[in-house]
Amino acid sequence: MIYGYIFVMAGVTYLIRMLPLTLIQKKITNIYIRSFLYYIPYACLTAMTFPAILYATKSPVSGAAGLLTAVILALRKKSLITVAGFACIAVFIVERILGMFPGY
Amino acid sequence: MVHNKIKAGLHDGIPIAAGYFSVSFTFGMMAVQDGISPFHAVLISLLNLTSAGQFAGLTVIVSGASLFEMALTQLVINIRYALMSVSLSQKLDRSVKSFQRMLIAYGNTDEIFAVASSKPGTVGAKYMLGLILLPVAGWVGGTLTGAVASTLLPVAVISALGVALYGMFIAIVVPVAKESREVLIVSGAAMIFSAAFYYLPVLCEISSGFTIIICTVAAAGIGALLFPIKEESV
Repeated sequence: MIYGYIFVMAGVTYLIRMLPLTLIQKKITNIYIRSFLYYIPYACLTAMTFPAILYATKSPVSGAAGLLTAVILALRKKSLITVAGFACIAVFIVERILGMFPGY
Repeated sequence: MVHNKIKAGLHDGIPIAAGYFSVSFTFGMMAVQDGISPFHAVLISLLNLTSAGQFAGLTVIVSGASLFEMALTQLVINIRYALMSVSLSQKLDRSVKSFQRMLIAYGNTDEIFAVASSKPGTVGAKYMLGLILLPVAGWVGGTLTGAVASTLLPVAVISALGVALYGMFIAIVVPVAKESREVLIVSGAAMIFSAAFYYLPVLCEISSGFTIIICTVAAAGIGALLFPIKEESV
């Protein structure tokens, strides 16, 4: 049964990616469609990040610390790994500080 | 101008691979905690190469739901890749053949797509394959390491690793939004829509996969209507 799950999962995911990429080979000339496609990654990544990042850790407070750290470093154009790494470190530190308060 | 150096692709793939390692580490860890063997966890990562879909897939497997439910869950969560593939189809150079497109499709993840999109001009097959290779290794390697090390890591570290994926997304969006007022507005709109779907009654009942699609289409649609881009560079 586990293989059934794995192959259905993989098959659906692959077809979603493969069909548009092979079927659409011509340049789309419509300026509105082109602009729409240009904005997609930014819209999509933002929608996936916020507010989900606040609930990805033990507490929204540490999640917010990770968010803030990432935004500040990204504004300074740091690399992907620097931004992601320091966001994790910020979460870790804030959770240690929160842990000092009784009842938390 | 066409980007088609395998070395340039490999180079651009390094940070993605490192980020993937930490995220898939979490996946491997969770999979083993859910009673899935390390081998199956690695197989899932190798065949799917997607974060949100795999985490959701775990839930489906653990709950013993039907294969139809699995297919539907993946369709909803991953349908955004169809939008990205349509977008990437415009970014690929004319020289990229159909069977190469079928290979590249396997590696069209959020980050690989974002990096490919950020290149000026078009991208070729060699660049794309170079770009995909290391992230796949990172994703699979991280899953294996996480699955094996799951019992050794303290909870505190696991919680901190939870933001790694989002940190990467932020690193992709923010620098562009800083330079482009249009992208800033589109991202701001996406953020507001996404928060609305998370916090408002009724709207919050909608599954997170659908939410992402609705927010993406709405925000990118607003961008296209308000700020259609004239340059050929898009």
